[in-house]
Amino acid sequence: MTEGLRTEEFQVNMGPHHPSTHGVCRFILTMDGEVIISAEPVIGYLHRALEKICENRTYVQCIPVMDRFEYCTSMSCNQVFALATEKLAGMEVSERAEYLRVIMLELNRIASHLIWYGTTALDLGALTPFLWAFREREDVLDLFEMTCGQRLTYNYIRIGGVARDIPPEFIPKCMEFLDKFDAKVDDYEAILTENPIFVARNKDIGVLTPEMAVAYGVSGPSLRASGVRHDLRKDDPYSIYDRFKFNIPVRHNGDCLDRYYIRIQEMRESAKIVRQAIEQMPKEGDVTKRISANFKPPKGEVYSRIENSRGEMGVYVQSTGDTKKPLRVKMRGGSYNQLQVMPELVKGHKIADVVAIMASLDIIMPEVDR
Amino acid sequence: MEIAGIFVYLYEQLAATGLPQVWVDLIALVVAGVIVFGFLAVVALILVLWERKVSAQIQQRLGPWYTGWHGWRQTIADAVKLLQKEDITPVTADRPVFFWAPVIAFTACFAVYVCIPFGKDLIVSDLNIGILFILAITTFTVISLLMAGWGSNNKYALLGGMRSAAQVVSYEVPMVVAVLAVIVFAGSLSMVDIVESQAMIYQWYIFRLPFGPIAFIIYIIAATAETNRTPFDIPEAEQELVAGFNVEYSGMKFAMFFLAEFVNMFTVSAIGATLFLGGWQGPFLPSWVWFLIKTFGLVFVFMWFRWTYPRLRVDQLMEFSWKFLLPLAFANLILAGWMKYSGWFNW
Repeated sequence: MTEGLRTEEFQVNMGPHHPSTHGVCRFILTMDGEVIISAEPVIGYLHRALEKICENRTYVQCIPVMDRFEYCTSMSCNQVFALATEKLAGMEVSERAEYLRVIMLELNRIASHLIWYGTTALDLGALTPFLWAFREREDVLDLFEMTCGQRLTYNYIRIGGVARDIPPEFIPKCMEFLDKFDAKVDDYEAILTENPIFVARNKDIGVLTPEMAVAYGVSGPSLRASGVRHDLRKDDPYSIYDRFKFNIPVRHNGDCLDRYYIRIQEMRESAKIVRQAIEQMPKEGDVTKRISANFKPPKGEVYSRIENSRGEMGVYVQSTGDTKKPLRVKMRGGSYNQLQVMPELVKGHKIADVVAIMASLDIIMPEVDR
Repeated sequence: MEIAGIFVYLYEQLAATGLPQVWVDLIALVVAGVIVFGFLAVVALILVLWERKVSAQIQQRLGPWYTGWHGWRQTIADAVKLLQKEDITPVTADRPVFFWAPVIAFTACFAVYVCIPFGKDLIVSDLNIGILFILAITTFTVISLLMAGWGSNNKYALLGGMRSAAQVVSYEVPMVVAVLAVIVFAGSLSMVDIVESQAMIYQWYIFRLPFGPIAFIIYIIAATAETNRTPFDIPEAEQELVAGFNVEYSGMKFAMFFLAEFVNMFTVSAIGATLFLGGWQGPFLPSWVWFLIKTFGLVFVFMWFRWTYPRLRVDQLMEFSWKFLLPLAFANLILAGWMKYSGWFNW
């Protein structure tokens, strides 16, 4: 009976305009019915030549360009470039500015994870968590707006400090947010973690072994979900992260569900860090540094890296010492490696799992295409 | 106030004009059809707005607000917009199949209302195989989905159509078996008889322990799958298949699918209310009011599901149906048969 039947593999083009590919990611899926045989990512739809643009800007002008590198966590992008330049120039950052930076970075991590939480739920067909997450993200963005006037591309962390001090109403608003945030995360868990359908959709899907994760250079929460305890905030402390008490959640299955748990935990940990930072922060102090228009760091090259919400974010800066512009800027984002490992993870899964895996890896395209 | 009397009076007036009996019946049927159609169109409009309001409440938003009082004119505006849109048929589409798919979806969901008792004596035609007719007609929806998937000549649409065929076939079975348990107890396929056997609240089939609640839950789950709603909205899983079977549809054809979907939700709720919640039976209020209260209550449950659950994967959906729901439904049927046969539970 089956001899006369002929089955055929067929190709489905997923993206670049697709409801669940988070921007302009595109996959060419070769499928046998609903099962994925191979997936080929196609990138470059969001390429803006940021690295080249930076080479034609002065160091100070590079900071707003960096905002566009990974627009969900612009603070981290600012920070990583500021760190590199400070290392090059041997600059010191004032105490209060360091604390402000940590507060902003961790609030930004929360905001970024909230986007991930909402879109993950959306990709799995639950529409409500998305709006719940954006409700809290709105509070964080309000805090950013009152600090630097921007809601997405902040241009706040500058070379040698930050753009300006926080307004007086920032601390009470921020504490108000932190006080309610834990209960809100409980709500998130109640609607997704405790939902058997959600667990069934994520358990044992897209298992990333520790060996594979390390081989592909996966970093951040996706790596820690595979059982590798690696977090730059602890392993290679930058700024003043060595002064805070926080846990690094690690899980060992490496499936979508573990990556989900890790990020949920990280939101709670970030809230803890912000709270500690607010308590320890010196009440007074200068936070800005005047950079002369003729600012030329000495000759040299430097690579700085920080733990972003999507893994290791790094920037390599090379200075010739006699120009105001960097000779070369190379950016490294976690999403690129996460996207690289996707074809391995989706093989043999159903088309519905592709979106689950992609959501759990938290890939964001500007970071891939730069 | 019972409204069935009005229709009886109108019918008698029509008969008194001296027209041949064939014409009288024909006119009466056409009028009844138009009334049901008008009623359902209004219901669909209300449901669309209500769904938006329910989802808004669950998501802590306001929902439509600017078009009239609490945005009540929003659906009307949407309908007018859809009517005005250009009706696009893809060049590669199979034109007749593409055209007839929404028509069939639309017709099938209205044909069901021939034998739904809206109130005491308020039924278009009390067929003696009422529930069988309803179950047969509701299955028609899958043909329209398949036609839409095939006719669009689009991979996403085809996948959506195939998925829906698989889904509706697998959920039809436990649903029918669950309904069978009620039929065994009522001893009749007629919708009116089923309602009349639930005169008192303890006689409602949902309260006939232990088989009633189980049958009701199986029915609700299967009905959610039948209407393609979350957590079973796999045929139109927008995150995977963009929009599934209706990806190529626009304008009025899309509106017909959309309308059919909402009428279907009302249909399964009406059937659920009739079979398990005593239909139009209830004290004080007119019977048709009770029917509407119960039906809209069930509709709310479906909306509640939709806005709080994620979606199952297609293979998990199949497993759940064949490995869990169906055996449970059969066991339940045997239990109901034994309860009926033993005669101890016939209060």
